[in-house]
Amino acid sequence: MNISSVLLLLIGSFLCISGGVGILRFPDFYTRMHAVGVTETLATAMILIGLMLQNPDGLVVVKLMIILLMTLFISPTASHALASAAVHNNLMPELDNKEDNKKVKSSNP
Amino acid sequence: MLIAATIAILVVMIMAIVRGIMGPTLYDRILAVNMFGTKTVLLISLLGFVMGRPEFLDIAIVYALINFISVIGVLHYSDASIFKRSDQQKK
Amino acid sequence: MKHTIFLSLSLAVFWLLNSGHNTALMLSLGAISIVLVLYIAHRMDVIDHESQPLHLTLKLPGFYVWLIKEIILANFLVVKHIWLGNKTISPAMMTIKASQKTDIGKVIYANSITMTPGTVTVNLKGDQFLVHALVTESIEDLVTGEMDRRVTRLEN
Repeated sequence: MNISSVLLLLIGSFLCISGGVGILRFPDFYTRMHAVGVTETLATAMILIGLMLQNPDGLVVVKLMIILLMTLFISPTASHALASAAVHNNLMPELDNKEDNKKVKSSNP
Repeated sequence: MLIAATIAILVVMIMAIVRGIMGPTLYDRILAVNMFGTKTVLLISLLGFVMGRPEFLDIAIVYALINFISVIGVLHYSDASIFKRSDQQKK
Repeated sequence: MKHTIFLSLSLAVFWLLNSGHNTALMLSLGAISIVLVLYIAHRMDVIDHESQPLHLTLKLPGFYVWLIKEIILANFLVVKHIWLGNKTISPAMMTIKASQKTDIGKVIYANSITMTPGTVTVNLKGDQFLVHALVTESIEDLVTGEMDRRVTRLEN
């Protein structure tokens, strides 16, 4: 087992666990969505590239690449659909300054 | 190392389930289920390497697609009344 | 027409990579599937410059390299704030203006915003994007418009 693959898998696992801690720790739905974003972009890429280096021949690499591309194309669509459904049903984010909050409310009656 | 990464993914999946059970809004639950699904894709690919059976990757591809379609399918009903219940909106 | 040819070629490559068998039966099944998919796509009327953005092919790789760099930096920012705790985050929601003319440009911009962790496009109305950010600084970066400029340069 080569060292770069081990390193990438380690970074990927760390990022994944960070995302898991974030989804438990953050205060409201919208901030949790950013934590999930970490696990779906860089963590997935790191783990899948680490797996590619384990077995760098044949169709395995191509299939891992297909999984990676699919995840990268799917995750923004799913999170956008989720966020727009939440705003559409008036789930308000906890914002830092209160004036922004009023502005958001008035733009989404 | 593969086994360590597998265990890490399992821990993350448990965290996602905890968030799915705790809620508090319906969207948190959908988010947690979506994250659980994408981590399952990773888990299947890792298990394929741990067990030495790369055929598992085909299953992972199919699982990624099914997960996406299920999330979009649930959100298609976001006009339904259960999404608007006021007790779910409050923390 | 060139979009149809490109779609059938990419479907053929996808089939060959996924199956890995080269017997006559499997290849003929693949050909039948490709024809069926092409027929359904024609009936849905989705084979056009939006589903097959061939005119962007030459400019996309440079943009992807820049986007990957941005994604990596944004990931480290979000991970840092996860471990530093809730005191350090400053969630913000703001409307920003996009300068893209075409629909596909707007979609690329909105998806790029969503793909970089820390910012999510929540709503899109005309050229007004409603964006939620984990820290206020990352929304200010968007307002200065580096990403906006790059996507606009992409579509021309």
